[in-house]
Amino acid sequence: MPTLEPQIRHFIVENFLYGEESADLTPEASFLENGIIDSTGVLELVTYVEKTFKIKIRDEEIVPENLDSIRRLAAFIQSKLATPAAH
Amino acid sequence: MCGVAGILESKGSSADRDALRTMIDLVQHRGPDESGIYAHGPVGLAHARLSIIDLATGQQPMHNADRSLTITFNGEIFNYIELRKSLESRGHRFATTSDTEVILHAYEDKGPDCVRDFNGQWSFAIWDEGKQELFISRDRLGVRPLFYRMHEGTFLFASEMKSILSYPGVPRTLDLKALDQILTFWFCLPPRTIFEGIQELPPGHSMKVSQGEVHLQRYWQPSYPTHFAPMNEEHCAQHLLELLVDATRLRLRADVPVGAYLSGGLDSSVTTALIKNFTTTPLKTFSVVFDVPEFDERTSQDEMVRHLDTRHQHIECSTSDIGRIFPDVVWHTEKPIIRTAPSPLYMLSQLVRENGYKVVLTGEGADEILGGYDIFKEAKVRRFWGQSPRSRLRPLLLAKLYPYMGNLQKQTPAYLQAFFHVSPADLSSPFFSHLPRWKLTAKSKLFYSAQTRAALNGYDPCEELLAMLPAEFSKWQPLCQAQYLETSFLLPGYILSSQGDRMAMSHGIEGRFPFLDHRVVDFAATIPPRLKMKGMNEKYILKKAIGDRVPDSIRRRPKQPYRAPDSASVLPTNGSEPPYVSELLSEKHLDQTGIFNSRSVTELVRKSRSGQAIGVKDNMAVIGILSTQLVNEQFITHFGRLGTHAHA
Repeated sequence: MPTLEPQIRHFIVENFLYGEESADLTPEASFLENGIIDSTGVLELVTYVEKTFKIKIRDEEIVPENLDSIRRLAAFIQSKLATPAAH
Repeated sequence: MCGVAGILESKGSSADRDALRTMIDLVQHRGPDESGIYAHGPVGLAHARLSIIDLATGQQPMHNADRSLTITFNGEIFNYIELRKSLESRGHRFATTSDTEVILHAYEDKGPDCVRDFNGQWSFAIWDEGKQELFISRDRLGVRPLFYRMHEGTFLFASEMKSILSYPGVPRTLDLKALDQILTFWFCLPPRTIFEGIQELPPGHSMKVSQGEVHLQRYWQPSYPTHFAPMNEEHCAQHLLELLVDATRLRLRADVPVGAYLSGGLDSSVTTALIKNFTTTPLKTFSVVFDVPEFDERTSQDEMVRHLDTRHQHIECSTSDIGRIFPDVVWHTEKPIIRTAPSPLYMLSQLVRENGYKVVLTGEGADEILGGYDIFKEAKVRRFWGQSPRSRLRPLLLAKLYPYMGNLQKQTPAYLQAFFHVSPADLSSPFFSHLPRWKLTAKSKLFYSAQTRAALNGYDPCEELLAMLPAEFSKWQPLCQAQYLETSFLLPGYILSSQGDRMAMSHGIEGRFPFLDHRVVDFAATIPPRLKMKGMNEKYILKKAIGDRVPDSIRRRPKQPYRAPDSASVLPTNGSEPPYVSELLSEKHLDQTGIFNSRSVTELVRKSRSGQAIGVKDNMAVIGILSTQLVNEQFITHFGRLGTHAHA
């Protein structure tokens, strides 16, 4: 499966950085520590992932371990997509 | 309440009377009843009067008996009757019944130290002919404004900066460091203002100006004990009530009727209850209501109106009203703002004026001096948790914060903890209480242009603030440190100015604030933090002091901070945005101003127009950028008003 990282990065740059490319936005960079995402941002991010990838994220899955960087998010989405029940 | 302006030449020329006339005309909204100018040699003093005390003989500028002193005065000295008696007993003779004349005699009697005896809200300038010196003073908490600048040997001062900007030859440039401070703290650090070269006389300061030199002196500042003496709860509540009753009684002194704002919250309910319970003043109350339920407090307002049986009137403020009047609001705030909250207060003062009132009492100051703000509660929880980071129970308290913020309440516990994360470095920061707010506000700087970033060159406003803290700050308890930051900076720099004086005076309305009587402020500082915020119960001692004079439901109601619709008011999803918004936020206009990156702002505007700019961060950015563009347009590029009262 091709990596989802470029697609996620594009969403982050357009919606949270307003098109402003940032060298700090490495695949591992924490959205929280870098101030990219606030409390509304998490809700936006979850909505985006659910709509774009047609998966359902359960409350207990909304944790920084799954969502807090491009790489973590890509891995999380890929694991969800690999689980048929998630669709 | 009034507007003042003045000129002092230091190079042998005479004060320019025509320029002074323009200066005072620009603040005529502050004093529409009369105006006066005194120009004599190097000095010119001007006054726009809102007649409240001594309607017949209180005209200004006013001289003393031998005309050696001349004053222009904005404000009130509430204890002028007591001061006058004391001065008369020492041989002073009065020609009027005004508080203005009391200041002149008090200055004759004690010189600059006279202000220490004043209980009031003032900014005034006294020209001392004998010393050839201008003495200027501003009240302790910064209720009334005073700005100044030295321009090529000419000293200029005024109640509002627009007067100074109108003076021939004064350069008009935005101070980017001031903008950076606003986009961090919500306020500028005095004496800096958003206009380069114009300074603000800080609260609690006086100054002398002579021979082209300016000397400032602080005569008061908030201070807290390093150790609190044991205080009996009952006695404390009783004494607080006595002080508040007297503060209210003094603030009802006027030769015109006095009204009150009633927001539905605890503070204005207390103020109104004090008037009703302890004075015989006929009472009319005023409030603003919203068409958006999230912000509307009419149920609580109606309850207080029924409870106190006041004559009441409200004004409906719609989301589109806020967008429509925003240029007028910024013309009066004279600086960028990151919330639209001043706008409804602009409409409210208009309502009061239309009802024939000139004076209102309000509840400002209670949150600062008695521990009411959510930021205090948040800091308490974060500190409690930070001291035991592995605790599983302590972070559960986070869910109790900000019950009115829907997006925060929807967060999972893991993210709630992530947002309020406390690092060991944060715990030792003097700004512990305020760091989350400032970091969030500072997100708006993402929109700076490369040019702005280069000009700021890594400037950190927190370092400037750090250098301004008093030596004993580090010894104060955490709540006192947070209170100091609010009382010394946010209160004068935003609450009393952008939301207070400037909105009320836009329609010639004087606000009076019983909680900001310096006796109340000084006493409140000695109340132990545990009686201010008992557990998570904010303003506990105030609730105890007022008792059932305010209904239980109001006292127990979760705090609802005063807010108004932000980006939706200027960038609504139905496409009906006011034309000035489309123009000022266009790429062309943004590029001309050069402060913000037009591409990024365009993305933000797109997001807002589609209704997706729902977070605090986006809302602050929209309002901060638009208001900066409005300040630039109305004060720098084209000096004059853009709004509904536009003039050439």
